[in-house]
Amino acid sequence: MGNLVVEISDYKSSKNPDVIITYALGSCVGICLYDNQTKRGGMAHIMLPNSKEFKIQKINRMKFADTAIPDLVEKLKREGANITRLTAKIAGGAQMFALQKGSPLGVIGDRNIASTKHTLQAMRIPIVSEDTGKNYGRTLYFDLETGLVRVQSLNNTTNIL
Amino acid sequence: MLNSYDELNEMQIDVLREIGNIGAGNAATSLAEMLDEMVQITVPVVKITGFDEAIKALGGAECMTVGVLVNFSGEANGMIMFLLNTKDAIRITDILVSQDGEEEGQLNDLKLSAIKEIGNILSASYINSISTLTGLSINLSIPYIAIDMAGALMSVPIIEFGSLGDSVMFIEEGFIGQKNDLKSHIIMFAEIDTLKIIMERLGL
Repeated sequence: MGNLVVEISDYKSSKNPDVIITYALGSCVGICLYDNQTKRGGMAHIMLPNSKEFKIQKINRMKFADTAIPDLVEKLKREGANITRLTAKIAGGAQMFALQKGSPLGVIGDRNIASTKHTLQAMRIPIVSEDTGKNYGRTLYFDLETGLVRVQSLNNTTNIL
Repeated sequence: MLNSYDELNEMQIDVLREIGNIGAGNAATSLAEMLDEMVQITVPVVKITGFDEAIKALGGAECMTVGVLVNFSGEANGMIMFLLNTKDAIRITDILVSQDGEEEGQLNDLKLSAIKEIGNILSASYINSISTLTGLSINLSIPYIAIDMAGALMSVPIIEFGSLGDSVMFIEEGFIGQKNDLKSHIIMFAEIDTLKIIMERLGL
């Protein structure tokens, strides 16, 4: 069994029996996609909701929900997953500091969640479970044998998605 | 002219290091007054790194950390974070606000608000010195506190200042209390446009 670590603005994919990990999601969102027949899956760790908000020539597609998710799906497809069977589990998008409501930075977690959901919906990938929002950091362990996602936070709570 | 943090040259990085030195020096004086002990500052480090390296540089993603965040805006835009581990947070507050008979070793609301206020005062000292040096008018937000994984806290400035490129720039210094060996860090993030303005003001 191997462990793969997904960094910030990154995605990785593999198959049973590997575990894909991402550490300390704050306002970023982790997206776990799984095909339970081939037991292939992938995880993306996105930072920002929408690549179209930035008028720069060269964007890092792994950074944004609207580009990273389709790219990860395409990668899974190339590797043999059946994309019509993919299901999604998502976590993160917290508001780490109680910044005033209405400040652009205070709502970035919510916007990351919204864009993630919108992108998945447009691709007809159902979200089967989620642990999003609130105000704490999360580490994700995505087990490709079972498709389960263990969400660990520092208040010693563990949530299985 | 500057479009990304990667384009900063050696001379500009030296200037930022000096700004960090002056800002943190001023903040260390405030901290020393509050704690009534000598506070040393480490040599300022200007880091221009990828996102994950930024977190690793501050002690690892899952390290339990107390962070106070202050935004600054106006003619200069950026963010100051005051970071310390929970053990040192408890020790600092035990010095400042401990009352007789109170259970030590817990971060209760009173202690958290004391840490928040320390972060507030240090950020104000830091930014005041930049303001004095450059003549820029800079406003500070109220302080915000959180206790969580270092990586999760750092996601806030990384998202804010890493939106355009694949790197962030920050200036980091450590404070070391002489009597109690209390360790804490202050880091400053600034928008790329703010760095341009600072360089211009300093005639560079």
